[in-house]
Amino acid sequence: MPSAGPVGGSRSFFSRLRDGDEFARLVTLVFAATVVLITAALVWELWINSVLPRQKFGLHFFVTQTWDPIMDEFGALPFIYGTLVTSVVALLISVPLGIGAAIFLAELAPPSVSDTLQFFIDLLAAVPSVIYGLLGVFTVVPLMRTVIYPLLNKPFGFLPIFKGPSYGVGFFTAGIVLAIMVIPYIISVSREVLLSVPRDQREAALALGSTRWESTWKVVVPFARTGILGSIFLALARALGETMAVTMVIGNTPKIAASLFAPGYSIAAVIANEFTEATGDLYLQSLIALGLALFLLTFILNGLARLLIVVTTQKGSGVAA
Amino acid sequence: MGRRLRWRRFVSNFMLAMTGVCAGVSVLVLFLILGYLLFNGGTSINWDFFTKLPKPVGETGGGMSNAIVGSGKILLLASLFGVPIGFLGGIYLAEFSGKGTASVVRYAADLLNGVPSIVIGIFAYSLVVLPFKHFSALAGAFALGMMMIPITLRSTEEFLKSVPRMLREGAMALGASKWKTIATVIVPAAYRGILTAILLALARVAGETAPLLFTAFGNRYESHGFSQPTATLPVMIYTYAVSPYEDWHRQAWAAGLVLLGLILIINILARTILSRGIAVPRS
Repeated sequence: MPSAGPVGGSRSFFSRLRDGDEFARLVTLVFAATVVLITAALVWELWINSVLPRQKFGLHFFVTQTWDPIMDEFGALPFIYGTLVTSVVALLISVPLGIGAAIFLAELAPPSVSDTLQFFIDLLAAVPSVIYGLLGVFTVVPLMRTVIYPLLNKPFGFLPIFKGPSYGVGFFTAGIVLAIMVIPYIISVSREVLLSVPRDQREAALALGSTRWESTWKVVVPFARTGILGSIFLALARALGETMAVTMVIGNTPKIAASLFAPGYSIAAVIANEFTEATGDLYLQSLIALGLALFLLTFILNGLARLLIVVTTQKGSGVAA
Repeated sequence: MGRRLRWRRFVSNFMLAMTGVCAGVSVLVLFLILGYLLFNGGTSINWDFFTKLPKPVGETGGGMSNAIVGSGKILLLASLFGVPIGFLGGIYLAEFSGKGTASVVRYAADLLNGVPSIVIGIFAYSLVVLPFKHFSALAGAFALGMMMIPITLRSTEEFLKSVPRMLREGAMALGASKWKTIATVIVPAAYRGILTAILLALARVAGETAPLLFTAFGNRYESHGFSQPTATLPVMIYTYAVSPYEDWHRQAWAAGLVLLGLILIINILARTILSRGIAVPRS
């Protein structure tokens, strides 16, 4: 190789080009730039293709209840409501279960058991959402109608959230299916965060006479609190954007109902169901506006989640050093 | 032993046992899903499923050969689109970029990774379907390929960066130029991790349904080339599962079993490549 100077910046542009370095840099740069370009194009397309509802309805779009394609009246409230309610139900179920499991995997289980279980959890995360939907339609929906609904409706039927008839499909069913889907994310991230808590924290608590649980719950978990919160945000972002499983079990009725057993609709589900049938620009663009809203919501949640997780893991390594 | 201490011990043991129950329940769900799918899918699957086209609405029998071929076609095209961008972009991030550009690219990739798949579908629709005026395998592959980019990109970067400095310096000390070092030393040293990441990305998009609904759409016949609406397994599962026909439900179970089996096999394969280090032949 004829090049004499040190590797890197000080050689002339042409000598680097001859060696292929500059060429390789430019080629890979083009591909890296493509990633930025695609992302920018995504945001741009969503924005310009949702201009009609923005002009016609403005922010009222998000607080209007009517969704009437025939009269060209579009309001997003029932879908926003459905998305939020199903996600909240999902989190209420999955957060305690997921954090409990993460504590077991990080604090209690021997490494080999923990790794094996984590392997299964990873596989669970790989199950595609349409499979959850398939199982939801044929197992959770009948189970809901015949077992869970009578169980909750008889003693708690006076509460508005458990009132009314059940068709099997509805907010609660969608919430349960979503809960199962997001548990792996909560477990994986929380486990990582818990494992990054420095050893001395645990040992100090145990040395002060706390029981194993007290050291875990009062020292280790608070230490990892922000990271666990991050995992919950991550799960929430997943739940909000989840499409197929929800579409298949939520009942697809654009109504706001207090009862969790009532059928509803979610943002992602209405896009999935009506996008190909949307006639007229305003109809189509209203659906895209819903997509944009969903995008912004998950964007904010993902950003927060990443921030929280980074902050916690850095705190762990900072103390240990 | 005081009553207070006994109580604290009891709480400790009880709560720790509960965490075990939580972990058990979570893992049990996987086996319930597998068992249920094996039972229902196993009793519904037959040779026709793999070899026959769907029968007209209302008739029983037929299979999903077109969807199996369609899924394969779209996944291949998606990989051809997504993997090079992710891989080469990852090389740029790990080897060439300055701090500023790197953080912009990384940020874009993370953003893309978090976009709900249905929104990706909208994007592919407005970018590929609208100009060509019809649904196509191409549009579906574009949507899925886009979803493969961030995973491939970030893990290529991670694995390249984890290659020991000494290898790099050794190659450069022998007079190799930078790209030669990358192509002959660094990438081969990291190929196992990168391959795993690509396989995992493939497994993830293989089950994606939402972005295909209005890009590849669906087709009850064989589709030729890449410019026609194309049937895929996930979309078929969806349409068949929500249909009112008993025989379609049966086929949805069979398709679910095939799809999940495929995805889990790719997953397990990918993870074994990474952890156990099965020798993958390379030239």
